[in-house]
Amino acid sequence: MAAGVAAWLPFARAAAIGWMPVANCPMPLAPADKNKRQDELIVLNVSGRRFQTWRTTLERYPDTLLGSTEKEFFFNEDTKEYFFDRDPEVFRCVLNFYRTGKLHYPRYECISAYDDELAFYGILPEIIGDCCYEEYKDRKRENAERLMDDNDSENNQESMPSLSFRQTMWRAFENPHTSTLALVFYYVTGFFIAVSVITNVVETVPCGTVPGSKELPCGERYSVAFFCLDTACVMIFTVEYLLRLFAAPSRYRFIRSVMSIIDVVAIMPYYIGLVMTNNEDVSGAFVTLRVFRVFRIFKFSRHSQGLRILGYTLKSCASELGFLLFSLTMAIIIFATVMFYAEKGSSASKFTSIPASFWYTIVTMTTLGYGDMVPKTIAGKIFGSICSLSGVLVIALPVPVIVSNFSRIYHQNQRADKRRAQKKARLARIRVAKTGSSNAYLHSKRNGLLNEALELTGTPEEEHMGKTTSLIESQHHHLLHCLEKTTNHEFIDEQMFEQNCMESSMQNYPSTRSPSLSSHAGLTTTCCSRRSKKTTHLPNSNLPATRLRSMQELSTIHIQGSEQPSLTTSRSSLNLKADDGLRPNCKTSQITTAIISIPTPPALTPEGESRPPPASPGPNTNIPSIASNVVKVSAL
Amino acid sequence: CVPRRIMTASAESYSVEDELEMATVRHRPEALELLEAQSKFTKKELQILYRGFKNECPSGVVNEETFKEIYSQFFPQGDSTTYAHFLFNAFDTDHNGAVSFEDFIKGLSILLRGTVQEKLNWAFNLYDINKDGYITKEEMLDIMKAIYDMMGKCTYPVLKEDAPRQHVETFFQKMDKNKDGVVTIDEFIESCQKDENIMRSMQLFENVI
Repeated sequence: MAAGVAAWLPFARAAAIGWMPVANCPMPLAPADKNKRQDELIVLNVSGRRFQTWRTTLERYPDTLLGSTEKEFFFNEDTKEYFFDRDPEVFRCVLNFYRTGKLHYPRYECISAYDDELAFYGILPEIIGDCCYEEYKDRKRENAERLMDDNDSENNQESMPSLSFRQTMWRAFENPHTSTLALVFYYVTGFFIAVSVITNVVETVPCGTVPGSKELPCGERYSVAFFCLDTACVMIFTVEYLLRLFAAPSRYRFIRSVMSIIDVVAIMPYYIGLVMTNNEDVSGAFVTLRVFRVFRIFKFSRHSQGLRILGYTLKSCASELGFLLFSLTMAIIIFATVMFYAEKGSSASKFTSIPASFWYTIVTMTTLGYGDMVPKTIAGKIFGSICSLSGVLVIALPVPVIVSNFSRIYHQNQRADKRRAQKKARLARIRVAKTGSSNAYLHSKRNGLLNEALELTGTPEEEHMGKTTSLIESQHHHLLHCLEKTTNHEFIDEQMFEQNCMESSMQNYPSTRSPSLSSHAGLTTTCCSRRSKKTTHLPNSNLPATRLRSMQELSTIHIQGSEQPSLTTSRSSLNLKADDGLRPNCKTSQITTAIISIPTPPALTPEGESRPPPASPGPNTNIPSIASNVVKVSAL
Repeated sequence: CVPRRIMTASAESYSVEDELEMATVRHRPEALELLEAQSKFTKKELQILYRGFKNECPSGVVNEETFKEIYSQFFPQGDSTTYAHFLFNAFDTDHNGAVSFEDFIKGLSILLRGTVQEKLNWAFNLYDINKDGYITKEEMLDIMKAIYDMMGKCTYPVLKEDAPRQHVETFFQKMDKNKDGVVTIDEFIESCQKDENIMRSMQLFENVI
């Protein structure tokens, strides 16, 4: 329960008088306000700056340092004030949290200093208010990344002799600055990529004439030399690829990566060419394959960070580019159609078909204006001018918008994803807090009755079972208890509710049927959908007979799944639920009576066993034949 | 006495300005002595109450939305908006859509420090939705459904569809003496005074403040 509304608790309790005439059974007693003292001001001295507030303001959050008795450690007897040797600036935020219920993060504050202070005062950063939460998370992430980078670079400079040969090689490939050999390799491959690209280009340059034949491109004139160069490059590339493949920590992932695909595409044409030289028919295709050699230039992206970033941003702005393309296509089709029909009349028109007009439209809209196709009719000229004007608009406008969109959308996407992830986390937190508060009520119901029973039987072993709840909490729980009494129904948690559903649906069918039937009237699929959660039982130890009788007086026993009230009186079926992981909050080992606890959902580990028949050696066992899941003995 | 209002928009305008007005109204309550005379609280109690009130509603008035939010914090498992609506109407005695501190104190004074008669009167007023002096079965059914809504889904035993209706029947059997289908204020007070449980539970919240 948000403590900010703790101030309204008296009002809610007073309004509960509205339920009284309607209730059929008596209400529970209100918790006594044992130490009702006047609200007093307390002074908090933080490094010399004095803050004052009401004591009850601080007690709103009893699980923090200031709200609990932990602050007594800081009480200074001489000056009768609480002294904290911490930062007063951050303390201002902390104290405002108590006052308003909202924790803010000041932007000028260093994130790690702020985190330290919050940890000191026992406040979870998750409760930072919406207004400041995003900023806080951003700063925290930045900081974490910076620390990680620092760590990485530190690690890189250390020598790590324990790396295997393969790992060293991979590191050398990925990070050329690690060793001289890696650097040499890096430059050598870069050089050969350049050589390969230049050879491809120069191959096609006409290279002077051989007497007796026409001008030849260099590639054919010095074909042997070029072939040797090509072979050398391809061999280097192949060796590099194989070495990378060998060194890669995850070969499968490496093969799928973009860079390796580029590598493969770069060297494949050569090998295919080797295989195919003999066959003259497919030499046409062979020529086409040489085109792919130009992809070697993409191998430079390993050497250039900028190229990689460009590729990545293009990929991430693909939708914007796609939209631009789409709108351009629309405009092109429209204008091409118009031009075609406008120019249909003129003789010897170049606009032979609409696809033929596409070329004109594109050239005009991008303001290239080659002039190989021009309209001759007046209508054609008019539409042609409209086309070029609109081309300026259609192209020139989106381009800078897209360019700025790159950065804006890129960051925005990241922020939207962040917000979505945060939102999910926030909702989960809120849900947890809600279930926490309702579970706190169920929890304390047990503890409360335990306490009463303890006081009645006078066992001196334990003063308090579990946590002592604050006054506000006990008052809140009393309020919920009154509501239960008014409506004659009890609050239970979701798991138990679904178990109940299951059981009542199972009751209506013979046991031979599997529990997959979910067509119980009124209780439909929602309850029986989580069938898999079943609970285990451990039979409990003996119960002395004397305590049993007193237990019968005190206990309110319900057997779930059974509607027969007669069973409530004769109870001692003791099934101790295994609270895995949860501290035995009832400390059952120290009291020799059994305590059945309502399973708190986080602690419960669902197990797939079917319910074992509860075996209990108590003398008054009268377990009904239906599988009683939980026997809630809420006393002793 | 008319409470002083500081308004930043004219009071006569409607529609959009209305929203603006509600957002910027700052309500200052009566002086402490006056409230002390009007209610049964001591000065200290009024101080504590006002501090809590003002903390949650810095503008000095609670509107229905905020009221519903605050009330739902206490009942996380169910849906308390309907009941909060009825409660709001019961507190908002002058029906101006907002509960000021005076309304708040007036209501609390009756609930916590009033005589049993006054408390029963207040409860009757809560149940009588249209304030015509009679509680009909429909009104009671609405109230009952609102109360049962607060329990939520996960209850033991499982909440049946007609549980509120049955409860209303029981209530009318007890309260409606002349069996005319409505409960008047006299029938209500008389029947409640005969019921020990109700009498006892009325005293339950004496020491809330």
